[in-house]
Parts: sequence; C-alpha cells; structure tokens
Amino acid sequence: MSLNIIVLAKQVPDTRNVGKDAMKEDGTVNRAALPAIFNPEDLNALEQALRLKDMYPGSKVTILTMGPARAAEIIREGLYRGADDGVVLSDRAFAGSDTLATSYALSAAIKKLGNYDIIIGGRQAIDGDTAQVGPQVAEKLGLPTVTYAEEIVDADNGKVTVKRRIESGVETVKAPLPLVVTVNGSAAPCRPRNAKCLQKYKYAAVPSEVATDDKKKELIEKRPYLNIGEWNAAYVDADLAQCGLAGSPTKVKSIENVVFTAKEARKIENTDEAVEDLIKELIANHTIG
Amino acid sequence: MADKNNLIVYLEYEDGKVADVSLELLTKGRQLADKLGIKLEAVVAGDNLKDIEKQVMPYGVDTLYKVQDKRLYPYTSLPHSSILINLFKEIEPRIAFMGATSIGRDLGPRVSSALHSGLTADCTSLEIGDYTDAKTGKEYKDLLYQIRPAFGGNIVATIVNPDCRPQMATVREGVMKKEIYNSNYKGEVVDLDVNKYTDNTDFVVDIIDRHVEKSKVNLKGSPIIVAGGYGVGSKENFDLLQQLADVLGAEVGASRAAVDAGWVDHDRQIGQTGVTVRPKLYIACGISGQIQHIAGMQDSSLIISINSDPDAPINTIADIVITGKMEDVVPKLIKYYKKNSK
Repeated sequence: MSLNIIVLAKQVPDTRNVGKDAMKEDGTVNRAALPAIFNPEDLNALEQALRLKDMYPGSKVTILTMGPARAAEIIREGLYRGADDGVVLSDRAFAGSDTLATSYALSAAIKKLGNYDIIIGGRQAIDGDTAQVGPQVAEKLGLPTVTYAEEIVDADNGKVTVKRRIESGVETVKAPLPLVVTVNGSAAPCRPRNAKCLQKYKYAAVPSEVATDDKKKELIEKRPYLNIGEWNAAYVDADLAQCGLAGSPTKVKSIENVVFTAKEARKIENTDEAVEDLIKELIANHTIG
Repeated sequence: MADKNNLIVYLEYEDGKVADVSLELLTKGRQLADKLGIKLEAVVAGDNLKDIEKQVMPYGVDTLYKVQDKRLYPYTSLPHSSILINLFKEIEPRIAFMGATSIGRDLGPRVSSALHSGLTADCTSLEIGDYTDAKTGKEYKDLLYQIRPAFGGNIVATIVNPDCRPQMATVREGVMKKEIYNSNYKGEVVDLDVNKYTDNTDFVVDIIDRHVEKSKVNLKGSPIIVAGGYGVGSKENFDLLQQLADVLGAEVGASRAAVDAGWVDHDRQIGQTGVTVRPKLYIACGISGQIQHIAGMQDSSLIISINSDPDAPINTIADIVITGKMEDVVPKLIKYYKKNSK
C-alpha cells in the first residue's frame, strides 16, 4: 500500500527578529522586510510525512504552500529532506487573506492536486499562532481532523493511528483516511537534508524564478522533476470573492505598538550589599521566605 | 428556541467539572451581554451532564443547551462541530466564545469555516465598540473587539468581524477572571436531541487510549515564579534559575524565546501562547519583555527584572530593576537568601 501525502507548509517571517518596517499601513504583515524561514511545526509535519513514506514504500510526499514565488525556497528545503514534489500557490488575489480565506485557497489547490490520502500540516505558524488553517482546510474538504498530533503511528487498512498531545495528557485515536492531521512541535524533529536529494533538487524552481535565466529554464525542461508547480487562483478554480481580503471575515481594525505605562521602577545596583538588602526587605515583608 | 442574536459560550466538561476557562468566559460573556442588552447562553455536549446547571447558572447563564450522549465524551472534532454548526444556524448567536485549549482550538476553526464566520484565536482582551470600514465608509455599531498580540508578540492587533456572525473568539485559561454573577441565578435548560444535531458519520474517529498525565508544572498556583528568557543564554544557566526557584520554593517559568531555543519544556511557557500567571513575586531573568510575554504576567504583584540591558522593555513594567547579567545576579540572590532566611 502506498499513500499520497500532502504536506501543508508555510514560509514565515522569523518573528524573533522583527524590525520597525515589519507592518504595512493596512495592518497586514510586510513579509518582504523579514528573514523568511520554514515554519517550525511544518517541519515536524514533514517528518511525519517522510516517516509514512518510509513505512509505505512508493508513497509520495507533495508539499503545498501559499505565498509569493520566493516561498519555493521551503519547497526546495523539503525536497532536500526527502519530499517528492511541491506546489507554490501564488496570486495577488490571495494577499491579505485571513485564516478562512487561506484555507479556502489551500483547499482549492488540494482539490486540484486530487488523489490524496492524508494531509499533514504543522499545528500552527509562528507568525499568527492561530492553529486554524488545518481544521478549516479539513472542513472545506469535508474531512475529519486530528489536531495536536505527536506521532502518526501507522496507516493500515484505511485507518491512521495517531498519538495526540493535549493539555490533560496523551490520547491515541484511530481515524479513517482521507483526513487532515496537524502536528505539534513536541513531535520528532525533521530529519536533516539528504546529500543525494540536495544534489538532485539543487536547481528545482518555480517558473517565475527562472523566467530570465535561459540556462536554468533549459535544465528544468530537460529534467521535469526540477519544476516546482506555481499555481494561481484561476488555475485552482478559486472563487475570487472567497480569496484575499474580500474572502476574509475578520478585519484588522487597528495595530498598536504597545507603549507600557512606565512606572518608575526602583533600581537596585548589582552589588552584594544592594542585593542582600533587597533580599532582607523581601523576607521582611513576607514576599519570600 | 426563537431567541436569537445572543452571546454563547461553549463549555468544556471533564470529570464532572466545567473547565475553569469556560467559567472565565461565562464571566466575560455576562459582562458583555449586559453591555449589549442580550442574553448569555451556554452549550455543552458530553456524557453525565446531570449537575452541570448548578455549576454554571451562578455565572448568569440565561439559557443552557445540553446535548447528552455517551459518544460525545471524550471530545472528538466532528460531532461537537456538528452540534455547534447546527445550533448556531438555528439560534444565530451574535458572539461565540470558546477556550483556547486543544479542544476549543480544534473546534472553533471548523465551526467558523462551516459558517464562514471570523474567528480570532488566543484573545487577551474582549471589548465592545464601533467600527468604520476604511474603504466603504460603512459604520458598524457595537462590534466585538477581539484584541490579541500578533506577529510573535511584536504588536497588539484589534480584530473585528463586521459582516459575519457569530463573531468568534478563543481565549486561554487564566486570561479572564472567573466571578460568580449571582448565586441564585436561574436560567432555562434546553435539552437537545443528539440525533438532530449530529450525523452517524460524525462518529468516525475512535479514541483507543487516553491517559491523563497531569502536568507536573504548577505555574498558575505558584506564589513565586522565577522566569527566564532568551537572555539566559543556555540550558546550563536555566539550571541556575532552577536552583533559585528551589531555595525560594518557586516554579521556573520561561518566555517563548527560551522555550523555542529548547532550554525549557513547553509547559513552562508564560505568555499569550502559554500560561497566564498572577503570582505574588515574578522574577524575570534575561526576558526582554515582548507583548506576548507581558500579556501573561503583567498582573503579578511584584515584578523584579534582571537584565543586562537597562532599556529592556520589561523594565518599564517592572517594580524593581537590577541591571546586570543573570549569571552574576542570581547566585547573589541564592547566597543572600540562604544567609538571611531561617
């Protein structure tokens, strides 16, 4: 038995290093101003997909991402680690999407891909932390979901066994294929790049990346596996009313850089005497001890 | 059941008890319902729901919808979503809240997708206010402001859902306060037939094993928290914080950056995407003070910040600031506490 696996991944701004020009005036994120990385939990998801591929030889792992052409970077990263194929879903019409519009676009692309057994994504992306897109994609496709997965144990006889990590403990569930699974950061980390895959996919690209590079274009024509799909809204038959800002029920009313009402903090010198005095004071007023 | 346009809270129920987060949402929901002049409703789906009225009515619930069936406990996504989707189509709530828990964050998106209603995750504040659409100039009265840090906690965003209903939000446990509204409050109980609200095909996910592992970490209940951030620099330095916590009888907490760096377990994370705490004493070591962290600890009674950067944002909300390396300061705290306690 082999599986068709779709991994949902997102290229995210590294929110740990945010500069002042990170936000646009309309309150959406200016992604161009930030270093872009493979969303961490999507890497955990990719690992679960690759493990299924190891378990069920002949399985195929396709990475689907929505974003600008440069998001092809994470598809390449995935190919280097063992994925087989990838698609960048890219269109201006998707700009400003909230989670609902995003899940609509992704579900349209998944329908276009067709023939899937299991869709795996990270639990949430570090730029939004919403954890909404996975379950929403599932709803749009009419599939069950298993969220907070820590390990996909197997996928025998049309059912997957999944260990979930939830607040109260650990739960093991059996759910029928096809379905959507979202993977926790506590799951196994993604395997590193594989030297052979790196060699093979080094020049993989979406068409718009090589538009002005005839040499690379020629190479990709000769080796079609180097072509990363680049799909727009029309190609996936997306209804524009459900895409981007128009398709987003949530609107950003305002964005603030919060200025804390500064209270006058007491400054304690980093000396033995001062620290000891502070400790004595805290003991005396029963804060500690 | 013609009563429409109210505020509804989805209740989580485990071991015969309504979850704290649900009661906190009822408290917030009651306030907002009063402000809007609408009813507070609640919905619960599960097994053994007998005494639940007693637990929730004092929070000011006007209508409690109960769906009782063995198969509804433990929670699985599809049947609980179907119940909410079908009920919401019927009663058309104006606002719906659920906990930002592994249940609420599984359920909310599915319901919002089916109803095409906006959902904002992990809100830290919920208010009522007006909104004017910048493009169309259309004015909206009394919308739900869903306020949350976003973008890794670098900003605070106010989100609204002008046109779609319900306006949905999830909130983490501990963010809102839990307060009895009126211990004699009596609302109406409406029993719903599970077969009307779910389909047999919803029961396709089987829970084959479930073991409760209560978290060993008790951040919420600890009167003193010693928390470390990215500035702590290493796992070894976190051991130093643990030593300080041990002598003070405190718990160790961490900012998200420190958790992401792999120095501390995830269940110790404090902030919008972690736990919200209100200890008597919060010692922040090497924590710069992103909004998303501050959202989870700003109500601490006394905040001491130890940071090598005198301009770290956290210093603006701290009561006491010690400028210096935590590797330097923490051993002093340990030494002089040992010397002076007893």
